[in-house]
Amino acid sequence: MEDNIIEMENLNLYYGDHQALKNISMAIRQNSVTALIGPSGCGKSSFLRCLNRMNDLIENIKIEGSIKYKGKDIYRKEVDVTEIRREIGMVFQKPNPFPMSIYDNVAYGVRVAGIKNKARLNEIVKQALIDSALWGEVKDCLKKNALSLSGGQQQRLCIARALAVQPNVLLMDEPTSALDPISTAKIEELILKLKEKYTIIIVTHNMQQALRISDYTAFFLLGELIEYDKTEILFSKPQNKKTEDYITGRFG
Amino acid sequence: MLFLFTGLITVGFVLVITAYLFISGLPAIKEIGIKEFLLGKRWASSASQPSYGILPFILTSIYGTAGAIALGVPIGFFTAVYLSKFADKRVKSLMQKAVGVLAGIPSVVYGLIGMLVLVPTVRKVFNLSDGSSLFAAIIILAIMILPSIIKVSITALDSVPEEYEQGSLALGATKIETVFKVSVPTARSGIAAAVVLAIGRAIGEAMAVMMVSGNASSNMPTLFGSVRFLTTAIASEMAYSSGLQRQALFSIALVLYFFILLINAVLNLILKREHH
Repeated sequence: MEDNIIEMENLNLYYGDHQALKNISMAIRQNSVTALIGPSGCGKSSFLRCLNRMNDLIENIKIEGSIKYKGKDIYRKEVDVTEIRREIGMVFQKPNPFPMSIYDNVAYGVRVAGIKNKARLNEIVKQALIDSALWGEVKDCLKKNALSLSGGQQQRLCIARALAVQPNVLLMDEPTSALDPISTAKIEELILKLKEKYTIIIVTHNMQQALRISDYTAFFLLGELIEYDKTEILFSKPQNKKTEDYITGRFG
Repeated sequence: MLFLFTGLITVGFVLVITAYLFISGLPAIKEIGIKEFLLGKRWASSASQPSYGILPFILTSIYGTAGAIALGVPIGFFTAVYLSKFADKRVKSLMQKAVGVLAGIPSVVYGLIGMLVLVPTVRKVFNLSDGSSLFAAIIILAIMILPSIIKVSITALDSVPEEYEQGSLALGATKIETVFKVSVPTARSGIAAAVVLAIGRAIGEAMAVMMVSGNASSNMPTLFGSVRFLTTAIASEMAYSSGLQRQALFSIALVLYFFILLINAVLNLILKREHH
């Protein structure tokens, strides 16, 4: 398929002796929102962190199989990890803005990428804040410490920070689980808008959220990919008994 | 109740010491004249025409501390960065134990090794008639302050939330960029506190520097000259002093005490700012 931006084949992941992901093969469509659901410890976050190689930081980890981004394996030896992470951005569960100004937060990744020109930076920061629907709230206080923002604003700032380096893919690891319903609604609205330009993969505990925002849903259980389909199909006519049990709330 | 009592004892000691220093330190300053005392360049306490100028001691203490900081801080800081962010667990724990031992070595032992090893080396390398000098004292002090810098900096760097570092890495920063652009700035108050503590340690040290600095009483400090610090000025004359000379030694202690108060004030300011 032409419009697959990421393709996994026989992905296995081990933490020491424990196998956290078992033979996962799936493809992610470009400019779609893909939700990863499943009970805690099912491997969905581990899976997400394989995609931008954030798992590299963990000791005793072993990853087998292949993950291709735009047709190229991101685990090849000669790959520059920082480049991968620039193309595949990440938003974490807990908002984690740096303890610096709003401006410096958004400019961080851009500066690291080597852009120093003031005017250019201003432009990128502004655009990222507009895209993350935060500009209106912070345009008069870009010098303010990011930690003084509310939790929801902080999370949108983290999204802005990720967008500023102009990635193609955004990985989101339960981005709303630490937020109140109103902030959650804002982020969901934002995700729907962002999928025009970006491919989004989101881990969520909240099945309603998956249903509201995703085009595709993958259901993980105990390290296995049980079912992966268009969201409306997975939730209305699940093929697998385990999926059905999970989405009807019989366990998890 | 017991805790309150022990707390009061500690505070009581501070108050008693402060009061004592003022009471016994002020008369000599009054008699000598504050300007003559602080800015006088000659200290000849047992001459027939005694002179009580402590400017050489003040400058020696300041230069010695500054030199030790200039030398010790970069070494300590980079050691802390390495141990906190790059070293593997076994190396870190081993090195931390070594640093702990370094902190526990009595200052007289530093002085002894300084006398037997450092001073002769300085004499040979720089071709001096005597290696006992400000330079030797700076080296000893730099080594002595390393543990405080390393320990406090490591604590500060270790407590940088991992989420910050992950956030930086996820934006395409390398590990080194992450450490120096996120971790170190986040830990900066802790690192500043480490430096201030080290300054306090250096300026208050007496025994080790007395053994390697030559202790000449009225030389304005030069890097390779024999010098006397505020601390060593007190220690070297207290045993046989009397009258105004003895009172002047208490005045020196008072001056030293002001330096320590100042350093503490700076430290409190730094720690306070961190909470905002």
